[in-house]
Amino acid sequence: MLKPSLVLAAAASLGLGGLAIAQSSRDYISIVGSSTVYPFTTAVAESFGKSGRYKTPKVESTGTGGGIKLFCNGVGVQHPDVANASRRIKASEVQACAKNGVKEVTEIKVGYDGIVVANARSAQIFKLSRKDLYLALAKQVPDPANSGKLINNPYKTWREINKILPADKIEVLGPPPTSGTRDAFLELVMEPGCESYDWIAGLAKSDKNRFKSICHTIREDGGYIEAGENDNLIVQKLDASPKTLGIFGYSFLEENLNKLHGSLIDGKQPTFENIASGDYPVSRALFIYVKKAHVGVIPGLKEFVAEYTSERAFGQEGYLVDKGLIPLGSAEAKQVRANATGMANLKL
Amino acid sequence: MSKGVRTAELVEKGLKRRYRAEWMFQAYGIAAVSLGIIFVLFLFYSVISKGYTSFAQTYVQLEIQYDEQIIDPEGARDIETLRMADYMSLVRTSLKDMFPQVEGRANLRKLYELVSSNAPFRLQNRVMDDPALLGTTQKVWVLAGDEVDQFMKGQITADEEESTRPLNDQQLAWIGVLEQRGVIEKRFNTEFFTNGDSREPEQAGVAGAAMGSFFTLIVTLLLSFPIGVASAVYLEEFAPRNRWTDLIEVNINNLAAVPSIVFGLLGLAVFINFFGLPRSAPLVGGLVLTLMTLPTIIIASRASLKAVPPSIREAALGMGASQIQMVAHHVLPLAMPGMLTGTIIGMARALGESAPLLMIGMVAFIVDVPQAITDPSTALPVQIYLWADSPERAFVERTSGAIMVLLLFLLLMNGLAVILRNRFERRW
Repeated sequence: MLKPSLVLAAAASLGLGGLAIAQSSRDYISIVGSSTVYPFTTAVAESFGKSGRYKTPKVESTGTGGGIKLFCNGVGVQHPDVANASRRIKASEVQACAKNGVKEVTEIKVGYDGIVVANARSAQIFKLSRKDLYLALAKQVPDPANSGKLINNPYKTWREINKILPADKIEVLGPPPTSGTRDAFLELVMEPGCESYDWIAGLAKSDKNRFKSICHTIREDGGYIEAGENDNLIVQKLDASPKTLGIFGYSFLEENLNKLHGSLIDGKQPTFENIASGDYPVSRALFIYVKKAHVGVIPGLKEFVAEYTSERAFGQEGYLVDKGLIPLGSAEAKQVRANATGMANLKL
Repeated sequence: MSKGVRTAELVEKGLKRRYRAEWMFQAYGIAAVSLGIIFVLFLFYSVISKGYTSFAQTYVQLEIQYDEQIIDPEGARDIETLRMADYMSLVRTSLKDMFPQVEGRANLRKLYELVSSNAPFRLQNRVMDDPALLGTTQKVWVLAGDEVDQFMKGQITADEEESTRPLNDQQLAWIGVLEQRGVIEKRFNTEFFTNGDSREPEQAGVAGAAMGSFFTLIVTLLLSFPIGVASAVYLEEFAPRNRWTDLIEVNINNLAAVPSIVFGLLGLAVFINFFGLPRSAPLVGGLVLTLMTLPTIIIASRASLKAVPPSIREAALGMGASQIQMVAHHVLPLAMPGMLTGTIIGMARALGESAPLLMIGMVAFIVDVPQAITDPSTALPVQIYLWADSPERAFVERTSGAIMVLLLFLLLMNGLAVILRNRFERRW
């Protein structure tokens, strides 16, 4: 016979007991942030854990913005120790951090990542300029008939933008606004494309807000399709529909070269060499941010940073390169390693 | 008389149309059921055809010389020395001995890619278990690299262009040699069921996620079953019928339809931010899923209480039982099979849920298999989501493999619910 009262009492005590064990200490490193940096940080975390001296760090994939927000929530074991970021931390975020007591943060640049515009191998390779991409994807573009005026994006096919492109419908799969990849794409492709019009470039100084709204607003009439944070999904969709282009990180192109090829941007192919040398125009730096107040409190934090910046991890032939990271040049790597060992404070 | 003839005529006239209507209705029904079956078969086909290969794994046999000069030059057999020794070089030496003609840094790198990066750790474990191995030469099977494994399973083929194939022609030739010598083979992949997550597909397993799901469900069951049954019994048997109980009933029904992500947000705000419980813990996951499954359990329990005929209650009361005795001794045991069925179905839904876990930090890379309800962990559906998002090609089969494991658990739970219902349910 079941005694409901007994079970109830047991459940209640378990519930209350659970509430009483609010976290007082933590023996593993907690990391949050960008899904682009996630594959690299997890590789370091795993290798760090395998050495056997410390527990394997926990790495959450929350997106850059969400990760920095969690990171900046405060100092103490319930807050994360490291934030992954696929862009540099913003001044406003640093202020928010400081307001919550997170005053000292070390910035570590771990490498570069290229953003590629790719399509299926069965279709022809696109030769794009950043201006072409701006005209194809912006919500409003300069009126070709009336200079100095904006009109809603009239372009339906690539041929209308540039005669050397195919007459296919403009259809691009890309990341949603929460993604760091999207932020970087806006900054590295849309802005320069936009600035190829002198009068818009002039606005960058005189009317910053208007400049941003012209260059950073993506069309919403079906030409640009938000495909979620999952880059693998974009890869699979591209394979199925050869007339579509996709925007995603270089590591996904590298793993799927049997299905996809990357478009040339301003005449440069997205290859490992071109991104590493900086010739390929659409590449960005990846960062991790470390909370200095947690060094010495959370076991192994300093050693984790040392592992990340070691030659065998982020060096020219380290294991992160096998995972698709574009490494820093050797002089820069040295500088970063020195900063990391000394836990230098972030300077914006 | 004439009236009767007219009725018969009318019936006759309409008969064909009525038969047709019935036939059409049945046809619609059959079409709907077949469509459902086709979709289910399609799902199973796509998951199983992609995922069955994840249950096999390629291993390579290496001849390892446990060189004392490398592992323990002082001969003290100190645990720390054994732990920190350079096992990597043992693996590399063994590969070089197998292919002595390989020269040059780049080529050697390609050669080392044939075996998984965890091979040195395997040797480390062996030596630490049995230091007597030092100085001997042993044949050891180690995991092959993920790309070699994909090639052995036919996911990467030799017809692909070399420039776009993850393995170059040279590596394919080496694999050919290994095959000739019989030192490469596929075996049942036990590590898939004993390992936690990993960035290397060949080392990744579902044990961590399965344990996380298990702990989460235990917490959910321990909380939601007693609370759900108690609420249902009170509302059905004791509570007065008035505006308040009506309001509560409407709210419970509404809660059952709230999207699960909302419960995740609530859990984040209440359990983590307010009570300060650890992020990513099965404890918090279980609490959140409790909130989500409670309405389901309450509704199912009330329905099965309602199904107990009033005569049972009246007989008990007539024999002098008190209200609580009537409920505890007679109604509850009769209603229990229905309540358990509802609970199991609620649990199955909780097992497949990932959205609320996103908000409370269970979408994370966690290598160590969790040992308690406060250890950081993931859950099976979350593991599937994370693997589906990984760039390595070998994760495609792992993803489908994990889906198969999850489906198996769901089938088992739903099967248990059916058995319970058939075995113990009484019809009146």
